[in-house]
Amino acid sequence: MTKIACILYNKNISKGKGLQIIADLFLGESMNLFDILGPIMIGPSSSHTAGAARIGYVARKLLGEEPIYIDIGLHGSFAATGDGHGTPMAIVGGLLGMKPDDERLPQSFELAHSLGIEIIRHNIYLREAHPNTAVLFVKGKKRQLEIQAESLGGGTIRICKIDGINTNFNGDYPTLIVHNIDEPGHVAGVTALLAKRQINLATVQLYRDERGGYAVMVIESDQRIPEDVLYEIEEMPGIIKVTYLNMDA
Amino acid sequence: MAFTSVKTLLDGYAKQDLNIEFWEYIMLEDMKDQQISRTESMKHVQELMSVMKQAVQNYDANQRSASGLSGGDGAKFAAAQEAGHTLTSGFIADAIRIALTMAECNACMKRIVAAPTAGSCGVLPAVLLAYESNFGAEPEAFIEALYVAAAYGQIIAYEASISGAQGGCQAEIGAASAMAAVALTYLHGGSLEEGANACAFALKNMLGLVCDPVAGLVEVPCVKRNVAGAVNAIAAAEMALAGIQSKIPVDEVIAAMDEIGKLMDSSLRETGKGGLAATLTAKKIEKALTH
Repeated sequence: MTKIACILYNKNISKGKGLQIIADLFLGESMNLFDILGPIMIGPSSSHTAGAARIGYVARKLLGEEPIYIDIGLHGSFAATGDGHGTPMAIVGGLLGMKPDDERLPQSFELAHSLGIEIIRHNIYLREAHPNTAVLFVKGKKRQLEIQAESLGGGTIRICKIDGINTNFNGDYPTLIVHNIDEPGHVAGVTALLAKRQINLATVQLYRDERGGYAVMVIESDQRIPEDVLYEIEEMPGIIKVTYLNMDA
Repeated sequence: MAFTSVKTLLDGYAKQDLNIEFWEYIMLEDMKDQQISRTESMKHVQELMSVMKQAVQNYDANQRSASGLSGGDGAKFAAAQEAGHTLTSGFIADAIRIALTMAECNACMKRIVAAPTAGSCGVLPAVLLAYESNFGAEPEAFIEALYVAAAYGQIIAYEASISGAQGGCQAEIGAASAMAAVALTYLHGGSLEEGANACAFALKNMLGLVCDPVAGLVEVPCVKRNVAGAVNAIAAAEMALAGIQSKIPVDEVIAAMDEIGKLMDSSLRETGKGGLAATLTAKKIEKALTH
């Protein structure tokens, strides 16, 4: 599957600023004071431990329920030095709902074991992937999910694939992920509903596998999205799956 | 993006007409950047300070890292201090002990503050907490010093890098040391110009330092380099406070660090392949850990 379109817009900013934001997204240079002092985290590595915990946490939020089966594939430096840095432990901790500064992280495997969760960990090789990449396949009682994510340093991450479709977001904002049939009107329908509910959009990204096939929109918003809005989107014709991520909830 | 160079930071502050202090100017600019309130911002920085203190207080002398390579050295140094066997005393000795302690906490999967990274998390708390116990200061002063240090860290991240994988250890311990030097200069009543000089000194002394962790782990030599970063910060602040000036302006020093990082072979940038990581003993350690 190839990424056909990636639209990043914000109605409040000029085109030039928009390009700067895109540049910052990929260069990772724009840091606020708390990116410099922080995060508060469990050691030893912001990329291999804190970032890994965050990847697990995002996966848990996207799955929306407690996992019963966790398959962890580690690539590159994650594969080479992940065990010494507690990368699998941090991912499992995140999947159990622990944040990167949760002091229970070092005991996550014991906790998962006591809950009867099956864990598989193996090394993988991906072409042209970031050196700190993890591919997680998780199953709950009702749902399952596969994500590919990168740990970019300093505890920041990027979710680059969900269920095989390319994405590009980090979970800093409330994020709505809508899988839909690729036909006219779905983006307009969803964004109109969000506008009606006074939810300001930070970014909108659109991805699809083939023309007229399967598409995904990733919408980052300034405000959290209420449950009834999510339900309403789910009920719209042509919508296949709605996932919502709010790291603060 | 609030601050892009030390020059624009200092010029920006000089031009503002709100009659506010330097640290407050930094805080207000960042509040705009992050779209957060004054209360949120200050609460966060206070929490950083308290997490640093807690980590030192909860230090367990018996704790070892998963690899077994780290732990117990902070306690060894404390014992030497207690027995009066150390070469230095007071401020510098305390800074050495706290740097060891914090870096070991990190290696042993304890709760720490990445400052700017997890591997360099011992430097800033070492000088701040040692200053507190040896010179004393109002709690607010440390919060203010953290804002000033963070602004310099942000500039280093923007003009160069704070990632060992990009710029080697000079980017991690070097940046942490520069931030700590600025914080110390601020705490001890130094001028803005002296702060900039302290940053330049600390960074200059760390230029070229490679990132060569044994077995790729944030342990050897990272724990002890936190000590080097802390002691270097104290020396840099001392020179700046005495009125000594950096012959190369701080922004040019940061640019040089960036240039050096780009010239550095990838084996010396957090890959665990060159330098100390390539020594015979390191290879033995690595082999023992993977079997």
